[in-house]
Amino acid sequence: MQQIVVIGNGMVGHKFCDLFARHPRRHAFQLTVFGEEQRPAYDRVHLSAYFTDRDADKLSLATREWYAENQIELRTGELVTELDTANRQLGTHLGYEMHYDYLVLATGSVPFVPPIPGKEKSGVFVYRTIEDLDAILDYAAKLRELPGARSVVMGGGLLGLEAAKATLDMGLPTDVVEFAPRLMPRQLDEGGAATLTSTLEGLGLGVHLSKSTSAVGGNGCITHLDFSDGSQLEADLLIISAGIRPRDELARKAGIEVGPRGGILADEYMRTSAPDVFVIGEAALYREMIYGLVAPGYDMARVSLSTIMADADGGCMPESIDLSTKLKLIGTDVASFGECFPEPGTARSIVYHDEAAGIYKRINVSPDGSRLLGGILVGDAADYNMLHQIYKNAMALPPQPEDLILGTRGSGGDAGAGIMDLPDAAVICSCENVTKGTLCGHLSAEQAHSVKDLVACTKAGTGCGGCKPILSDLVENYLKSQGRVVRNTLCEHFAYTRQELRDLIVLKQLRTYDEALDELGHGHGCETCKPALAGIFATVYAETANPQAAIQDTNDRFLANIQRNGTYSVVPRVPAGEITPDKLIAIGAVAKKYGLYTKITGGQRIDLFGARLDQLPPIWEELIAAGFESGHAYGKSLRTVKSCVGSTWCRYGMDESVTFAIEIEERYKGLRSPHKLKGGVSGCIRECAEARGKDFGLIAVEEGYNVYVCGNGGARPKHAELLAGPVDRQTAVRYLDRFLMFYLRTAGPLVRTAKWLEGLEGGIAYLRSVVVDDVLGINEELETEMQGLVNGYRCEWKEAVNDPALRARFRPFVNTDEAEELEFVALREQKMPKPW
Amino acid sequence: MTAYQTILPNQVTTWFRAGRTDQFPVGAGATIKYGQRQIAVFYFNRTQRWYACQNLCPHKLENVLGRGLIGEQDGVPKVACPLHKRTFSLETGENLNGDCPPVAVFPVRIEGGDVYVGFID
Repeated sequence: MQQIVVIGNGMVGHKFCDLFARHPRRHAFQLTVFGEEQRPAYDRVHLSAYFTDRDADKLSLATREWYAENQIELRTGELVTELDTANRQLGTHLGYEMHYDYLVLATGSVPFVPPIPGKEKSGVFVYRTIEDLDAILDYAAKLRELPGARSVVMGGGLLGLEAAKATLDMGLPTDVVEFAPRLMPRQLDEGGAATLTSTLEGLGLGVHLSKSTSAVGGNGCITHLDFSDGSQLEADLLIISAGIRPRDELARKAGIEVGPRGGILADEYMRTSAPDVFVIGEAALYREMIYGLVAPGYDMARVSLSTIMADADGGCMPESIDLSTKLKLIGTDVASFGECFPEPGTARSIVYHDEAAGIYKRINVSPDGSRLLGGILVGDAADYNMLHQIYKNAMALPPQPEDLILGTRGSGGDAGAGIMDLPDAAVICSCENVTKGTLCGHLSAEQAHSVKDLVACTKAGTGCGGCKPILSDLVENYLKSQGRVVRNTLCEHFAYTRQELRDLIVLKQLRTYDEALDELGHGHGCETCKPALAGIFATVYAETANPQAAIQDTNDRFLANIQRNGTYSVVPRVPAGEITPDKLIAIGAVAKKYGLYTKITGGQRIDLFGARLDQLPPIWEELIAAGFESGHAYGKSLRTVKSCVGSTWCRYGMDESVTFAIEIEERYKGLRSPHKLKGGVSGCIRECAEARGKDFGLIAVEEGYNVYVCGNGGARPKHAELLAGPVDRQTAVRYLDRFLMFYLRTAGPLVRTAKWLEGLEGGIAYLRSVVVDDVLGINEELETEMQGLVNGYRCEWKEAVNDPALRARFRPFVNTDEAEELEFVALREQKMPKPW
Repeated sequence: MTAYQTILPNQVTTWFRAGRTDQFPVGAGATIKYGQRQIAVFYFNRTQRWYACQNLCPHKLENVLGRGLIGEQDGVPKVACPLHKRTFSLETGENLNGDCPPVAVFPVRIEGGDVYVGFID
């Protein structure tokens, strides 16, 4: 049996072990791994996730048990200090010695700390290991008691910006200092970096460019940085993220050839200058470069293992390594791929830049326009996966390459290639090196039917996870191409889509959940189909959440939003955010009387937190007496129509946006829908109401209103698209009636308008043809249905407090009048639930 | 959490009267108090079966299960926690969609229009 030794138990070193464990000829070898850190390999790519919960287990790539089960000897906390390549011997700092037949150096890198005076002061950190993060967290916790404490990150690269996000999240105002004249100088051009800078500044991050730090100031602890231009910056915590240096000291000492600026020299099989000694990961210098990304490191692990195993189909490293990356930075996406900065004359660039929206896209195509060479995406990287595939597979471009980033304008249809046009050799998951052909093979052999199955069969998507959207596209398109209908049926109790169920309920005039289950379903229902059907009854019969309370989701059942400790929050409707002083006082009086925590919501209303279940009816009696109605903040329903103050007060206003927003909110209040619905009305193009971040938005222009639909904020922000305009108010309302009713009829459960539009074949152009041009001939019907729902509106809180039977559900215990015992703690003159 | 232990019907020493059947919602749950403990009681109208479990969700230790939606998964009656939608079998108490610890379940008996929950103390 031959002995393989891996030095280093980082991500790449572990990948080698993982591949080894699965290799058919592994039993001819014994594998021993040395790790310098105490814990077994963990995920450094997602290191900053540690800041949210400090749970190291979540980052773990493998347990000690895994190593034991796979008969791999793992020795952590042990540093290899001696290496004799002539006799194939190594020794550790503990005095342990062993022989190897093959040696794999996966020693990784260390953060580079420039030789700045004062860098040893306390409060100065690097950002690489879990221990580094622990030290930062502990220090930041102490700083929180120091008023006005600030953090600074030195280095505006990928890792530096991650670190900056982390300290921002810790509640420390943060600055980023970069030596180069722009952020992410290796990935972004000037335009992209400028866009990123203004987005980050908008989020409260300070950005200082072209700054060379001359000293770390402070007496023992850091207090500020001095720059060579004479300026200073306050800093109570400094994270240095100024690049990496390969760990080559062991190899250097053993006489293995290293590069002039560090890094262990490797050939295309990852062999070093010493016989049967390999190098992989960030310690390797391959083609005069060090690769700090995980995908090339994994490739190196694969290549070195198959060289050792003498695999027939082993292969070697490609000549040029793909450095494409996509990452989610602080609230924005950034991606770059291929040739980002081509030499003048070798490419033509197409740039799309929307300053207001913080979007910058650049693609570089060959001078004849036939091939995609590379590109940069900032602010919106939704196209990244497709563009990256087109680039990697040298696929043919559409006649107007700009369609790739702008989408086709005018006639419908998608730009460029679809997933099914990719060649089988296209690598979909570059971390695990899984091709489209492999994935389709599993699908066609019926071994996989879903993304989950594919992940289980191939490990695709288990690395950085960036290919997951493409995997789900692949599954859906594959099934479609096989003539199989992809049916999003509701759950095990109803084999219909929401749209089909709605049609059947209308057709058969079914009025209750049990009737529908008897007629159309089987079994006894669940937490998925009950609220979905409740929503259908609401959109067909204008039914409130009261008659069938038992099938409502908890929030609808109790007409309030359940919060962390089982208390509820109460949001009265404040149409368009306009409220009289008397009503403000009334809300204040109720909050005071019941001891509620009050906060202004993002939808221009007031949220009252901490109400016990039994307090909800008396609270609402008082609110109703003061003229309030339910705000439906708890429902999949119309929430608010946000407004700016408009021409009644604003010197720029083109129309009375508040008046129009009130009219619209009053019209659609109580409307239940597949998901929550938000609207906005802005009085001019300055868009202070953020109407384009809503499901429907109206923006006043000289000649009337532009009508936008299908936007949202939240986790996947999307701007609403122009449906029609400019039109007069009456026409705008008619379009909204039709649009909303069409959405209510056809969307799946919990699908918001933006996602619904994505799934509509033909997109916004098709939606426009239905809503504006009436190609389906259903507009009269849609308007009548909507008018029926508008006429059927009742305040469900009024219903609930006035009917003793409905009110009984707010009693906390059936068998006693005792109140619930809940614990609160003080928070800035108000209260909050006692922490978990 | 240690205050709640699953009780099998043959172990019951005390049948505690929780209320009249018509005080409980149809096809949903309500909560009762037994000493300091909170017990969620559910009436599945479609199968005419009654179930009871601790009101405390083991996920975040909040007393809320009685307010959750009930339903069935492959024939097993279950409750979904209203906070994060963890579902628990009302027959065995096990967490059906995650790795939360199980909830304690209690036997329920209906007699003369009254609902009784079984305990051993």
